[in-house]
Amino acid sequence: MTQEELNNIIKPENLVYEKSKIMTNNTLSFCPGCGHGTAHRIIAEVIEEMGIQEQTIGISPVGCSVLMYNFLDIDMQQAAHGRAPALATAIKRLMPEKYVFTYQGDGDLAAIGTAETIHACNRGENIAIIFINNGIYGMTGGQMAPTTLEGMQTATSPYGRDLKIMGNPLKITEMVAMLAGTYSVTRQSVHTAANVKKAKKAIRVAFENQKLEKGVSFVEIVSNCNSGWKLSAPAANKWMEENMFPFYPLGDIKVEGKLVK
Amino acid sequence: MAKIKGAIVVDNEACKGCGVCIVSCPCKVIELSKEVNGKGYNYCYMKDPDACIGCASCGMVCPDGVITVYKVKSE
Ligand SMILES: Cc1ncc(C[n+]2csc(CCOP(=O)(O)OP(=O)(O)O)c2C)c(N)n1
Ligand code: SF4
Ligand code: SF4
Ligand code: SF4
Repeated sequence: MTQEELNNIIKPENLVYEKSKIMTNNTLSFCPGCGHGTAHRIIAEVIEEMGIQEQTIGISPVGCSVLMYNFLDIDMQQAAHGRAPALATAIKRLMPEKYVFTYQGDGDLAAIGTAETIHACNRGENIAIIFINNGIYGMTGGQMAPTTLEGMQTATSPYGRDLKIMGNPLKITEMVAMLAGTYSVTRQSVHTAANVKKAKKAIRVAFENQKLEKGVSFVEIVSNCNSGWKLSAPAANKWMEENMFPFYPLGDIKVEGKLVK
Repeated sequence: MAKIKGAIVVDNEACKGCGVCIVSCPCKVIELSKEVNGKGYNYCYMKDPDACIGCASCGMVCPDGVITVYKVKSE
């Protein structure tokens, strides 16, 4: 193809995909290939498509995504480790007309923040919780998390997670689905285009649900941590399909207040 | 029959060379360049532009949002 032929395709009227305008031009602080970036992008796309930039307040966690407020051009607050659902509760109760969401890793949401997660879900706060589960503490150097799989090697389980000593991996998403305060609970991923589309739809539903005032919408995204897993990004995604998905199966768990799984 | 032709534009300086777009492309259009950008990453480029169908798979999976996708239909 000649450059001229290419230039005839690369024209504004032929645009089919570009980065959401809700994303700032700051370079994402994530490792190459990390699913956090993709998750950020689809949240931004949902906010842009719903036209709710001015009405949305996000809560960033402690973890690799602590700087989320630098990457999305919306109002955000950063919570102490694990406390995002408590902060989201306060913000939503003070400003019930806003769309309020938390964005949290598994160390944040399922370890230090377990109490906040469970009680916000049990109280049925009208918020969205976006939960990025990469089975590890990414930011601090790849230590074992409650979500780490059996046998999985991490910095603090170099011989693999031994259930006899370290206990069982925690399926907190299934746990919160059992609570009366959750209205929708789903598990998604963002490593392929088809999965990105599904995850985006799930996030859209979680945002739209807030107007119904029927409780928490909980979206888990099973994601990679190439650095912590010590794999290239494509290899990490493959490893995730083969190892994470059997234990953390994708799909809806609770729809419109009813368990479907 | 309508012919579909696509093209992508990669922000070379922002690409982190992760290769996620390469495996996502159904038409094997993308490759990592031998050159590196200012950050030392081998950025990706269209090795086979004729094969691109503008499906936007690469754009959707790029964690850093550095791919813009264009598509034309011709009769
Ligand atoms: C009160 C407190 N305890 C511990 C830490 C150290 N710390 C920072 S990030 C983190 C875990 C983050 O893991 P995760 O939530 O899974 O996010 P990821 O980095 O993998 O995205 C820990 C333990 C801290 N910052 N504050
Ligand atoms: S350490 Fe893991 S979770 Fe953190 S940015 Fe890198 S790949 Fe992503
Ligand atoms: S997915 Fe994005 S960052 Fe990764 S190699 Fe492709 S264009 Fe570069
Ligand atoms: S638009 Fe589709 S065909 Fe073209 S490079 Fe991207 S993934 Fe490949």
